[in-house]
Amino acid sequence: MFKLFSIKRFYIITCCFISLLTVNVVQAEQVVVYSARIEELIKPMFDAFTRETGIQVKFTTDKEGALLARLKAEGKKTPADVLITADAGNLWEAAREGLLKSISSPILEANIPAHLRDPQGQWFGLSIRARTIIYNTQKVKPSELSTYEDLADPKWKGRLCLRTSKKVYNQSLVAMMIAEHGEAEAERIVKGWVDNLATEPLSDDTRALEFVAAGRCDVTLVNTYYYGRLIVSNPNLPLAVYWPNQKNSGVHVNISGAGVTQFSKNEHSAIKLLEFLSSQKAQNLFADVNMEYPANPQIKPSNVVAAWGEFKQNPMNLVKAGELQTAAIKLMDRAGYR
Amino acid sequence: MHVNNEKYAAVEEKNTEISRSLFFLNRKANFWRLTPFLVAALILIPVVVLFSSFLMPTDDVWRHLVETTLSSLLINTFWLSVGVVAGTSLFGVSLAWLTAIYEFPGSRFFSWALLLPLAIPAYVTAFVVLGLFDYTGPVQTALRAWLGSELTWFPDLYGRGGVTVVMILAFYPYVYLMARNAFLTQGKRLLEVAQSLGLNHKQGFFKVALPMARPWIAGGIMLTLMETLADFGTVVVFNYDTFTTAIYKAWFGMFSLPAASQLASLLIILVFALIIIEQQFRARMRFAEMKRSSRADRIVLTGWKARAATCFPASVLFFAFVLPVLQLGSWAAHSLIQSLDQRYLEFLLHSVLLSAIATLITCFVAILLVYAVRLYSDTFTRIAVRIATIGYALPGAVLAVGIFIPLAWLDNQLNEWMLMLFQIETGLLIQGTIGVMLIAYMIRFLAVGHYPIDSSMQRITRSIDEAALGFGLTGWAMLRSIHLPMLKTGIFTAATLVFVDVMKEMPITLMTRPFGWDTLAVRIFSLTSEGEWQQAALPAVTLVLAGLIPIILLMRQTDK
Repeated sequence: MFKLFSIKRFYIITCCFISLLTVNVVQAEQVVVYSARIEELIKPMFDAFTRETGIQVKFTTDKEGALLARLKAEGKKTPADVLITADAGNLWEAAREGLLKSISSPILEANIPAHLRDPQGQWFGLSIRARTIIYNTQKVKPSELSTYEDLADPKWKGRLCLRTSKKVYNQSLVAMMIAEHGEAEAERIVKGWVDNLATEPLSDDTRALEFVAAGRCDVTLVNTYYYGRLIVSNPNLPLAVYWPNQKNSGVHVNISGAGVTQFSKNEHSAIKLLEFLSSQKAQNLFADVNMEYPANPQIKPSNVVAAWGEFKQNPMNLVKAGELQTAAIKLMDRAGYR
Repeated sequence: MHVNNEKYAAVEEKNTEISRSLFFLNRKANFWRLTPFLVAALILIPVVVLFSSFLMPTDDVWRHLVETTLSSLLINTFWLSVGVVAGTSLFGVSLAWLTAIYEFPGSRFFSWALLLPLAIPAYVTAFVVLGLFDYTGPVQTALRAWLGSELTWFPDLYGRGGVTVVMILAFYPYVYLMARNAFLTQGKRLLEVAQSLGLNHKQGFFKVALPMARPWIAGGIMLTLMETLADFGTVVVFNYDTFTTAIYKAWFGMFSLPAASQLASLLIILVFALIIIEQQFRARMRFAEMKRSSRADRIVLTGWKARAATCFPASVLFFAFVLPVLQLGSWAAHSLIQSLDQRYLEFLLHSVLLSAIATLITCFVAILLVYAVRLYSDTFTRIAVRIATIGYALPGAVLAVGIFIPLAWLDNQLNEWMLMLFQIETGLLIQGTIGVMLIAYMIRFLAVGHYPIDSSMQRITRSIDEAALGFGLTGWAMLRSIHLPMLKTGIFTAATLVFVDVMKEMPITLMTRPFGWDTLAVRIFSLTSEGEWQQAALPAVTLVLAGLIPIILLMRQTDK
């Protein structure tokens, strides 16, 4: 047994693993994608893209922060052509750090509404993640509900559940509120939310929904696809969607989106991939795999999603979500929103 | 046993004092002398990268932290660490004593089964516990239905208690495993000696066995503490804010990797101070191994004592392993049909292969370090070895970046040189290779390999080395023929811990894996990052099952 650790064995083992080292061979027609959107939610579209164009798609997944750090460290030699994330803030940050390239594509500009893409063409939204109010149908009448801001009203005391402020979806939501109302007013609203909490902030949207369904609280703020997943697996839950702020700013939306990297060596193919993802063929697939809304307004969402009704989106450009994210986090820390 | 030869130590101290001052000039600076410094240098690379962040601007992240959450984060981290250390010591040591010394119904089974929770990632236990016991879980729902009222008395799982208990359940095996090895090697004979001196069992435990098992227990506690401080997955599930949460918030939320690195640097300093303190404690003692006791030596418990002895490990095992696995199993059964495909075999293969090779490398390096200190135990060498184990105390993702940045730099430089010298465009050669992953794992888990082997080595009496020297055995020959056979238990323990830890590891795997090299842990990450916990049960169960293999092998080795 202990011969296992002898020098000779060690050399053999070392040689073995060195032989495992593989050289990254640059192939002709391929796009390399770094994605924070998980494999399940991107691979079907990549396969469709390869079938249509013959261009191979190689990808790796990780957290946004890690992917950004990686792109930065790799610099000019990065193998990545495309960066995909599941929120706007990180795309904004990637653009700010000079990791993305401005591209101009008439197709992308036609397919994706202006507020869901970077004005400089560094990134484009590909699906919409709407963050809305979900209420317990046995305890709340829809007429009681109106806006995100109204959830700070004392009438909701002990009736609100929220996911933790550490999740980027809440950071984006508060950032957009700062953009709309200014910091002082936004802080007053967030403080109001915290005062109304029925229980400490929860670790994920699904748990927040379950708490509402079980009657621990009456309303919560979640991304609609979490509601979709839960209601599909358990249709009898007393939960319903309410679209807030329909008379003013509109529902807060985030995106899952993509940009071409600054040092992409296959820029042409990379743009082609983005264009494909924004097209009719891919949009339904892209949004429907996760019950999200297509970013391209000409495409209808899936039947399940469409059943929750149409709504007015907040038309403010999502660049604000990135710009004000740090301010939003600080504001939530000050307001005691964990 | 407790050889406390002050004179010998003093002479040795003087010798090393002299050799230390001459060290860098010494022509006889040989392999064993250099190894600890080379390994420490390797591990220092990411640490230096982190510390270099102090040269970068962090806007006002620090001021913000100090003004808002920092004090509560520190208090939270302190109490969590204290709670987890106290709990794991209590559970680990008492269970180890019980299974090593006594014979009771199921004692043979529990002795290995109590290690099983090692195979479950702590954040998975956390999620399962919350799923079962929080407001919407089956337990509270049933109780509410039965009592017909709100359960105001039910403990709040989101407070300090919940996360502490889960971490104790997940981490106690580190202490258990190490303490058990100590008690097994002391055996019942030690107790007999104690009895002959007029001590009863209880006194024998507290006055003799426990102090003698100290290097082992301390090693287990250090591992637990480092794991607790570096943990992110578990605290996130409970939304419990610790120092590590602040690191991730600065990085992922406020987009300030420099601020995150600075915070992480402070964590390194703290852990290093703890390591030095622990070492000071230990340095004053010398230990020697006795013959391992066999099963026949055990004290047989009967009657209510036997029943109580069975109940305790049974209930720990139930909450730490059976319950999570049952829950995972039932979730996995739901998603089995839709997500089980041939790719799972690939994930499993990658996980096992990577863990196995990383374990070999890590244990090999750990043995080199331990043996090097044995030969040259001057202060510099000892500090170098301690530095080498610091990787375990860092939050995984932070360490991953610390490893990746210099690597990418090196890769870019290589490319430049090749271009300059041979006009060859190499692209990024090193990164995205298996080799990088394995080195990164070694950097992360060297502590896990080091502590068990180090404590084994400390129990080998010095006179054996002197005898071996008398026979002309030195260097490799002495290591191979004298020490390795005696380190057997320590090495197997180290190997098991490293294997299971590598398999559960996420951030380094995510960042450094070559394209297509997805593992079970990557799979769990993917699914849980979109909140698909039920779907993640299948890879989690597979991971647990694969982790059982080395644990059972270990037990076969040590429990003959």
